Amino acid sequence: MSEPQKKILLRIQRFDPKMDTEPHYDVFDVLVRPRMTVLDAMFQVLEKQDRMLTFRYSCRSAVCGSCVAFINGKQRLACNTQVSTLGDEVTIAPLPHIPVVRDLVVDLRPFFNKMDLIKPYFEGKDPYPEKEFPQSIKDREAIDTVIDCIDCMACYSACPMSWTNEKYPGPAAFLKAARFINDTRDTATAERLRLVGCEDGIWRCHTVFNCADACPKKLNPTNYIQQLKRKTATHKH
Amino acid sequence: MNSHDVIIVGGGLAGLRAAIETSQYCDTAVISRVHPLRSHTGAAQGGINAALGNIEANKDDNWQKHAYDTIKGADFLADQDAVEVLTKGAPARIIEMEHWGCPFSRTAEGKIAQRPFAGLGYPRTCFAADKTGHYLLVTAYEQAVKRKVKFYDEWFVTSLITDKGAVKGLVAFDVITGDLKAFKAKGIVLATGGAGWIYGRTTNSMINTGSGMTMAYRAGVALKDMEFVQFHPTTLYPTCILMTEGARGEGAYIVNSQNERFMQRYAPKAMELAPRDIVARSIQTEINEGRGVKNLYVHLDIRHLGEKKIMLRLPGIRDLAMDFAAVDPIKDLIPIWPGQHYTMGGVDCNAKCETLIKGLYAAGECSCVSVHGANRLGGNSLLECVVFGKIAGEEAAKYARTITQDDTKESLLRDSLNAQKDHVARFYAGSGDEDPSIIREEMRNLMVEKVFLFRNRQDLEEAKAKLKQLKAKFSKLRPIIGYKVYNLDLIRAIELEEMLELSEVIVAGALGREESRGSHVRLDFPKRDDERFLKHTLAYKTPDGPRIEYSAVRITMYPPEERKY
Repeated sequence: MSEPQKKILLRIQRFDPKMDTEPHYDVFDVLVRPRMTVLDAMFQVLEKQDRMLTFRYSCRSAVCGSCVAFINGKQRLACNTQVSTLGDEVTIAPLPHIPVVRDLVVDLRPFFNKMDLIKPYFEGKDPYPEKEFPQSIKDREAIDTVIDCIDCMACYSACPMSWTNEKYPGPAAFLKAARFINDTRDTATAERLRLVGCEDGIWRCHTVFNCADACPKKLNPTNYIQQLKRKTATHKH
Repeated sequence: MNSHDVIIVGGGLAGLRAAIETSQYCDTAVISRVHPLRSHTGAAQGGINAALGNIEANKDDNWQKHAYDTIKGADFLADQDAVEVLTKGAPARIIEMEHWGCPFSRTAEGKIAQRPFAGLGYPRTCFAADKTGHYLLVTAYEQAVKRKVKFYDEWFVTSLITDKGAVKGLVAFDVITGDLKAFKAKGIVLATGGAGWIYGRTTNSMINTGSGMTMAYRAGVALKDMEFVQFHPTTLYPTCILMTEGARGEGAYIVNSQNERFMQRYAPKAMELAPRDIVARSIQTEINEGRGVKNLYVHLDIRHLGEKKIMLRLPGIRDLAMDFAAVDPIKDLIPIWPGQHYTMGGVDCNAKCETLIKGLYAAGECSCVSVHGANRLGGNSLLECVVFGKIAGEEAAKYARTITQDDTKESLLRDSLNAQKDHVARFYAGSGDEDPSIIREEMRNLMVEKVFLFRNRQDLEEAKAKLKQLKAKFSKLRPIIGYKVYNLDLIRAIELEEMLELSEVIVAGALGREESRGSHVRLDFPKRDDERFLKHTLAYKTPDGPRIEYSAVRITMYPPEERKY
């Protein structure tokens, strides 16, 4: 009564910069289960075939950003990518253009260090009132979705300017700047516009929309970068 | 030697809130097993409770009513002085998060919006769409960055260092390099979250293995009320991804295979908004009695809320349902079943977050203050993180400043470090051929089969025996890969060892508690028994397994009464 179990080929890039001269791919047969995600498939390899394999994981529900990888040629979260949507061969590599720690684990530090370039925290009006800062439903709508970034680095890995310019903060950092600038409660707009408008800032964006294509949360950093350009040009200092 | 005045273990909301506090007074570090933004707080959806009185329907709400609901929800096992601290402190802590930028949803007057949540007498749950945890986590992280808190990201703490009843530091390894190091600290705050991954069916992140609980337990602190495990009624079938209680707060129905809103038979007044333990058991009863869909799950129905409200108030769960169950809640029913969600028990501490060990504090889900008693209300866990995170931070900093003489012996740190090095070396050497993945799977299945929503002596005895076997298997583990850089094989073996230890404590507590209270239901003892069991379970580690003691519940406001909804 048992049906022949469907298998797919999982090709995973392997690389330990301390030991290997260059990356290579290992190929694994993986048994497909209903509603299997790429992350499930990676665990099947880890547990049943190759316990040397390494990758990041945490929430497995697309809210933490840990398991982002380059899957069949696109930045995706492994946990919310269904194997069934990818065909019989799945190729997984670490996020491109980011230094590899080992296998699918990349170095998080450059990404988070660059966040510091845009003053990555809220500045409210001093002194704080006893109650909440009032904000209308409409004003709150202005920061809808832009606050949904999970810092997974997909956009950063897809951005050609981030590949070549080390001082360029990157799409996620600009998205965060826009999140504060569009927030009626924040008071550091002038300073942030100066920061994002610097020589290696928003004007370097080539408007190729790679970041928007890559974002697993369907955010569009390019639009916000364009908005920041307009605001920088029109802001009265 | 790494040395800090206060080290906080865990970078979720409780840990970050503690760090924001301590960093005002002393040198602070946060050690986290993942980057703080990958913490499980980010998965919290529905909201955070405070009697703000921001809408017409809750104008006469106050902290006493919030306290009453919390205590009743807890089936009267909560310590009422601690609940007072929680509910009195709630408004200030939430306003503070708003002042730091948390993008709460708003009322027409521009105030923080509030929605109904289960077990609450008033709409009291402040929310930011259905991603409240994510926004609070990001906000707290930003504020910790602003205060230049030192972060050790992706460091895994393996043990605490104590001497003569006081904390002296900890041992941790850098996951990236694999290097083990001893850290010196005057004060330590444990904020490592829950232990949901012990269960095969859970909403928790895969990192929620209860490590802070195990660390404290091994250092001699009791684990309190571990048998109280919350099962969330509405988790996606079959992945157990959370479908927020906020859905029911917004008016969702739960229906069985006959399309009946069956909650009318279990909680006629509160219906779907009865507390989680009650709704979860009702769902499981429907499934057990043959009224589930394919005998496996029931349906959450939000279609009648309309596309506009769903997109405004519940956009996140729509995405989750589409990605993980291939249904669009705007036009489809959502398949749900109960799954483990929250660990009510934890590190025994008081309302100042102090443990038995001087200088050691606990906050958030890994702690048991206890404010949740036998069943936590939705919207009280994020609240616990900000209220008790701040208190733990304050107390730890205060304590650290009293220590002016550094009397920590180098030999103590060296010996503790060497002990951990030996422990890891034993993993590398191996002592048999048992596969940790199989042991893990057996443990997680066992806890669902025997220690889930409905318990009885026979099942629990079987679970106890089986756990003993699994521990014996674990002692004959195949060699763990001896590789330093990001070694998942090692991390997962260490976590499994912790989870086996905690499973044993859960089962021991459940066996001892011969009554049904809140989330803990014994079919062989179906009634709450205040005479025998209005008390906390305390489990102490001994070489032969947990030793169970009990301690009194502090009742200061509301005497126990029958719990009806």
